Amino acid sequence: MVTAPWEGELPSALAAEFSDQIPAFLSYLGQNFLVAKPASVIPILQSLKDNHGFDYLVDITAVHWPKRDEQFDIIYVLYSFRRNERIRIKVLLKDGEQIATATTVHITADWLEREVYDMFGIEFDGHPNMRRILLPDEWSTFPLRKENGILNMDQKWVQENLGIESGQ
Amino acid sequence: MAGTFLDSTELVLNMGPQHPSTHGVLRVIVKLDGERVLGTESVIGYLHRGVEKIAENRTYTMFAPYVDRMDYVAAISNGLGYCLAVEKLLNAEATPRAQAVRVILTELNRIASHLLWLGTHALDIGAITPLFYCMREREYALNIFEKYCGARLTTHAFRIGGLQYETYEGFEKDTNDFCDMMLPKIDEYEELLTGNRIWRERMIGVGILNTEDCKAYGVTGPMLRAAGCAWDIRKALPYSGYEKYEFDIPTGQNGDTYDRYMVRMQEMRQSVRIVRQAVADIPAGPIMAKVPKVLKPPVGEAYVSIEAPKGELGYYIVSDGSTQPYRCRVRPPSFVNLQSLDKMARGSLVADLVAIIGTIDIVLGEVDR
Repeated sequence: MVTAPWEGELPSALAAEFSDQIPAFLSYLGQNFLVAKPASVIPILQSLKDNHGFDYLVDITAVHWPKRDEQFDIIYVLYSFRRNERIRIKVLLKDGEQIATATTVHITADWLEREVYDMFGIEFDGHPNMRRILLPDEWSTFPLRKENGILNMDQKWVQENLGIESGQ
Repeated sequence: MAGTFLDSTELVLNMGPQHPSTHGVLRVIVKLDGERVLGTESVIGYLHRGVEKIAENRTYTMFAPYVDRMDYVAAISNGLGYCLAVEKLLNAEATPRAQAVRVILTELNRIASHLLWLGTHALDIGAITPLFYCMREREYALNIFEKYCGARLTTHAFRIGGLQYETYEGFEKDTNDFCDMMLPKIDEYEELLTGNRIWRERMIGVGILNTEDCKAYGVTGPMLRAAGCAWDIRKALPYSGYEKYEFDIPTGQNGDTYDRYMVRMQEMRQSVRIVRQAVADIPAGPIMAKVPKVLKPPVGEAYVSIEAPKGELGYYIVSDGSTQPYRCRVRPPSFVNLQSLDKMARGSLVADLVAIIGTIDIVLGEVDR
């Protein structure tokens, strides 16, 4: 990805506040995002909400990169009504590493984080209800991980619960 | 005094997944004290098809029809959002003619979606007649889609880079006729409902969600506007040439079910206004931009969102430079809006719960994906 640096008043203010916790401010196709360390993502969300007007958490999602040391990207999409600006936060996370829940800052993170857990198996520390949301509770795989092929889901569950012999 | 058997006790009740007013397979576990709702828990996922996983196994072009099956009531909006997101990654833009036609069809679809909402919502509350009227008018919009692309519901009307089809002979006339027909019909619905005492009693003060709560829950679309926040992505971050058209953002004050109804009625009128302007001035020219036959967006990622009839519909697509998306995340408005159900329903009556589920305007195909 050929990114450009993201410069301006907001990145400077955040750089001053969080220094080495935000290794990069980047821009791609005119969309700005910052890369944050897992430990500081909640303070950053809080500061963006309280001091910079980013009061609407649009989405939380993840991307799996199995060959990388930090296997997951966690993406937070934020929007500010006051500034009419949308930014993203990207957090690089190792497999099995926990990340704090954003529900303490934005209530909407509840279901969004549950979906990330459901699809990727990433657990959010302190989440009030860290359960699967779309798939059945007894489901065994995390479907959006790259090692799970599209025909290679929980065949045992399908056979037992739906009575479909092929498991597809 | 010792309690008697007349003392109310908490009761846990299961509503759905098969229940006429849940608009699909939504299961709501309700905790009741008499008629009073103490809390709800939504159980979703019955329609989960793993659309995001499918996307990773299809080429960009092949995946386009799948997005229609998420919010199947507003398939054209879904398609527009997806096309815009891939176009963003390709750094391409649809031609002016394609953009105008896209706006027309998307707005017609917004009217169709709101009509279906109005009909079913009225039915939930106990007014049966509006459903027939709404279905009748929606038919005209679907006829235009059918004449344009052959499909009525899951239309797959757009292609990445523009349109698949040139508009048909008489497209402008049909659309204008629809607009002429629609405005008096909206007045007619309002005559039936707006001042209707039963309708008002069932809706005013029910399911209140103020602006602060909307923002905290990430609730967008008519629900946010009914709470008084004049925010519409078509105005805030215009796409597909919406900046060229004049229209207002209708808002409410109280953020209750009644205000949401009023906002959606106004939105239909505004959509008619947009369609008229767009039809009057469809630029000539090609309908497809120059995009390669085999789409291979450069390595990168983009988040693009549009104002779907239900709220902010976003696509976050990651490209690894191959012909298939590396990751395609859909940010569905229904899913996020549904989360606020518990907040709205607490303390209300169980009969109001039905009104509140209806007022969110969910489509379970989109909630579960």
